[in-house]
Amino acid sequence: MLTTRVIPCLDVRDGRVVKGIRFQALRDAGDPAARAAMYEANGADEIVMLDVSATTEGRSAAARTVRAIRRVLSIPLTVGGGVGSIEDAARLLDAGADKVSVNSAAVRDPSLLTRLAGRFGRQCTVLAIDAARASGTYRVLTRSGTTAEPLDAIAWAAEGESRGAGEILLTSFDRDGTGEGYDLELLGAICGGASIPVIASGGGRTAEHLASAVRAGADAVLAASIFHDGVTTPDAIKHELSLLGVRVRPSRCEPVNCVGGVS
Amino acid sequence: MVSNSGTDSYASDVAAANGADVYIVRTGSANLASVAAAIDRIGARPIITADPADVLIADRLILPGVGSFGGAMAELTQRGLVSALRERLSIGRSTLGICLGLQLLARGSEESPGVRGLAMIDAVVRRLPTEPGLRVPQMGWNLTEPRHTCRTLAGGFAYFANSYALREIPKGWRGSTFAHGELNPVAAIEQGDGDRLVVAAQFHPELSGSWGLDLIRRWVIGRPSIEADGAEPTAQLASRPAPRAQAVPYDRIGEEPCSRLA
Repeated sequence: MLTTRVIPCLDVRDGRVVKGIRFQALRDAGDPAARAAMYEANGADEIVMLDVSATTEGRSAAARTVRAIRRVLSIPLTVGGGVGSIEDAARLLDAGADKVSVNSAAVRDPSLLTRLAGRFGRQCTVLAIDAARASGTYRVLTRSGTTAEPLDAIAWAAEGESRGAGEILLTSFDRDGTGEGYDLELLGAICGGASIPVIASGGGRTAEHLASAVRAGADAVLAASIFHDGVTTPDAIKHELSLLGVRVRPSRCEPVNCVGGVS
Repeated sequence: MVSNSGTDSYASDVAAANGADVYIVRTGSANLASVAAAIDRIGARPIITADPADVLIADRLILPGVGSFGGAMAELTQRGLVSALRERLSIGRSTLGICLGLQLLARGSEESPGVRGLAMIDAVVRRLPTEPGLRVPQMGWNLTEPRHTCRTLAGGFAYFANSYALREIPKGWRGSTFAHGELNPVAAIEQGDGDRLVVAAQFHPELSGSWGLDLIRRWVIGRPSIEADGAEPTAQLASRPAPRAQAVPYDRIGEEPCSRLA
């Protein structure tokens, strides 16, 4: 049976990890490769790196950062931020990403999802959705949360899946960086309609938050601030999750890992 | 913590992998960088190739694969690699298939009806069923359990990203399985030993942390069977011509324009 993934997220700007609140007030949180290696050693199941560079120079640094992370990382790496074409995706995959996530560009041209899935496979194509509450519905935001699109997040998730997305990375703009817990209503609505995996993002701080997201249907839980700020580690929070009844990958060699027939 | 061979031989395993050449088949859309990085990390030397001669005679070859069954077979056919792969596999030369690289060993796949695979295994790859609570693609860490005494396949958690799988361990292969609802599809299979060790994993050993790196290392060094000890040395192997591709230092992989990778 598949286990729930715990995914530290590295927002990277001009080669450094940063973290803000509701996508603003970014503060420095270290070197991306060092962080990634530390999180793998501490039990992370996967790493997501989002390039939030404001400049062209920052953008072209992203592939270098991916290469530096790949050199030290033996778990999956999803990379997103500014991916607008097959060529952008190919550059990141060649540098060492295992999956590529698209956001604004897919909203502008949903056929990008189909083309990415056709070229690299559905399992490589992640649709990132930033959603914000707006009078009883959820609106899709693009351009790092600065542009509200005339697009319903739940309908967009369904369309994204039918267009070729193999996974949805769902971020609640309202909860991002707040530590108030994931937006469970949003999560439940998206997970209820999806047959592809959904990663919950935005607001997770405690093991109870993460477990609630799993109960709402999430296949994976993403968090940034709690790991960057040393509030907890992937190992520690996975241990707490297991006590809350969530199946996780044991990070150390527990007896189950050592059973088996290698002679 | 190492379960395979007793802790005393672990250090010598690490030493044995050092400097070994591992050829990786350039299969179009496959994510080569992660595979190359894993080979680099165990101390071996990754060499990317699309040359049929390398594919035939390399001592160790990895057949990676992401994408669709039909697309990958078309790619292999276009590059003239199908017969080289079939010949190499038929004599059991050490090969590691990853993900789609396992599925391609089969006769065909429900993913691409009518497309013939490498047909080293008389079975058809089937789609994983979707049920409430069972999402497809299967994306994440699942427990793998050996069904035989294996040379490379240990029990433990492995990273999967797949929508299709073999339903049963084929006759003549050792293997491990994972749980998907009520089913126990194939996680990985292996055959042979020493320098005739074919391993194919549905999961991604290169993305399965230190557990996965240990598996790759066991495959790279080979583990001669007790029966093989003292048997005829592989004289014909020594006289083989050297493979032709130039080594690409890991640091430079990925700096190539993607058009050349494609």
